[in-house]
Amino acid sequence: MSNVPADLKYTKSHEWIQDLGDGTVNIGITDHAQTLLGDLVFVELPEVDSEVSAGDECAVVESVKAASDVYSPLSGTVIAVNEVLADTPETINQDAYGDGWLIKLKLSDANELTDLLDANAYEEVAAEDH
Amino acid sequence: MGNKTPLYDAHVKHDAKIVDFGGWDMPLHYGSQIEEHHEVRRSAGMFDVSHMTVLELRGDRVTDFLRKLLANDVARLKDKGKALYSCMLNENGGVIDDLIVYYMDDDWFRMVVNAATHDKDVAWITKQAQAFSVTVDEPEGLAMIAVQGPEARDKAHQVIDKALAEKATSLKRFHAVTDGETFVGRTGYTGEDGYEIILPASKAVNLWEALYNAGVRPCGLGARDTLRLEAGMNLYGTDMDEEISPLEAGLAWTVAWEPTDRDFIGRNAIEQQRGQNGTRKLVGLILEGKGVLRNHQKVFVNGNEGEITSGSFSPTLGKAIAFARIPKDETQQCEVEMRGKRVLAQIVKPPFVRDGKACI
Repeated sequence: MSNVPADLKYTKSHEWIQDLGDGTVNIGITDHAQTLLGDLVFVELPEVDSEVSAGDECAVVESVKAASDVYSPLSGTVIAVNEVLADTPETINQDAYGDGWLIKLKLSDANELTDLLDANAYEEVAAEDH
Repeated sequence: MGNKTPLYDAHVKHDAKIVDFGGWDMPLHYGSQIEEHHEVRRSAGMFDVSHMTVLELRGDRVTDFLRKLLANDVARLKDKGKALYSCMLNENGGVIDDLIVYYMDDDWFRMVVNAATHDKDVAWITKQAQAFSVTVDEPEGLAMIAVQGPEARDKAHQVIDKALAEKATSLKRFHAVTDGETFVGRTGYTGEDGYEIILPASKAVNLWEALYNAGVRPCGLGARDTLRLEAGMNLYGTDMDEEISPLEAGLAWTVAWEPTDRDFIGRNAIEQQRGQNGTRKLVGLILEGKGVLRNHQKVFVNGNEGEITSGSFSPTLGKAIAFARIPKDETQQCEVEMRGKRVLAQIVKPPFVRDGKACI
C-alpha cells in the first residue's frame, strides 16, 4: 500500500497539501499518484506570481505512460515552483512528499483548507481506484 | 487472472508490477522502467519472454514451405543455426505476424512468433503446411529469457553450462547454438548485443536467479518497449497488422523480391503496391520540445494527415520519439497534435539508438 503521511491534507485527484501555518502551503502529487503514473519524464509548472483558483489546472506531470493534469486544491498566488523538476522529474518518483514538491502557494482564502481530505479519507480514495 | 510463465513467482519476488499482456500476467517494471532501460544500454538486463510462441516445423519440404509462407527467403540461410526475421503475409499483402525463423537442419526449422497472435498464427501455419506435408508442433514446457546489453553475453557465459558457453562465445550475430535442451540465439529486441535463451521451464528460475546474481537486472515490458522503439524495431499490432503491408511499415528490407519466381503468399498484392510506389510510409519522429509522443496522435505533413503508431519517451535521447505512418513526402518536418496543440517534430529514419549510441 502507498505511503500516506498523517500530517498532510489531500484531494480526491491525488494532490497533497502541506499547511505551513503562515498562510502558505506546499503542493505535490501523492505517492499513490506517482506509482500509478510510473517514471516521470516531464513536469510543466505555472509561472511564479500567477494566480490560481481552487480546481484550476496548475501543472502537468507526464510519465512514460501518461500525461496527467494537476489541479490546484486551493486558491492563491504561486510564490515558488520546484525548479529542479525541469531536469530531474524523477525526483517525484523518489520523494513525492519531500523533494518532489511542485508549487508553493500563498493562500487567498485559508478557509478552503477545511475542504481537504485527511490521511484516512485519502487512503480510502486511493484504495478504491487501485 | 491470466496465463503465467514459469518465471511468474520470480517476478513477484523481485517486486514486479504485473500487468495483463495479451492474456499473460507479465512484469511491466520492477520499480523504474527508465533505470531498467539504461541498464540494458550500459550493462545488462534480462526479460522474461516465455509468453512468446515456439514452433517446430519439420518435413522434407520444410524449406519449400517456408519459401511460400514467408516474405523473406529462408534459402538465404546457409549455415545451421542461422536466424532470419520475416513477415508472414496474407493474400492481400497484410502482415499476419512478424517472426524469427532458425534453420536447424534441412528438414527442421524453429520459429518464434508473437504471443498475442498465437492462435491465428498456429491455425494459418498449420493450414498452409498441409500441402507440403510439414508438421507444426508447439513444444510444451519451455521458457525463454532474453539477456541483453553490452555485458550480457559475458555475464551469461558465467552462469550457463560450460560446454554451451564455449559454443556461444564464438557465435556470430543472428546465429544460434543448441546444447542438450538449451538453445541460445544471439538475437534480441533491444538494439544491443545479447542472447535469447530457450530452455526447459523447470530450469528457468535457476537461470534467472543465476543471471541476477551475476549482476543482470530484471527488466519489464515497459523497458522492452522503449528499447525496441529506440532500436527502430516494429511491434506487431501497433506498427503493423493485417491491413498494413510491410512496405507501409518500414519493412521493405525484409521482403526478398529475388528470385522473382518465388511465389510467396501476398507477393502479388505487394508487387502491385510497389509498382504504384505506395502512398504511405513509416518514419521516425523526434520531438524537440517538452512532452511525450503517444500512440494514435495525429500527424500533419504538408496538410496531409498521418498517425503515430508507437510513441514514447526515449531515455537515451531524453526526448520523445515515435514511429508514424504518414503520406509519402520529402519534407523533414511535421506537426503532431498533442493535448489540443500542434507541435513541431522532426522526421528521421530509424533507428534512433544502436549498441548504446544515439544514431540520429
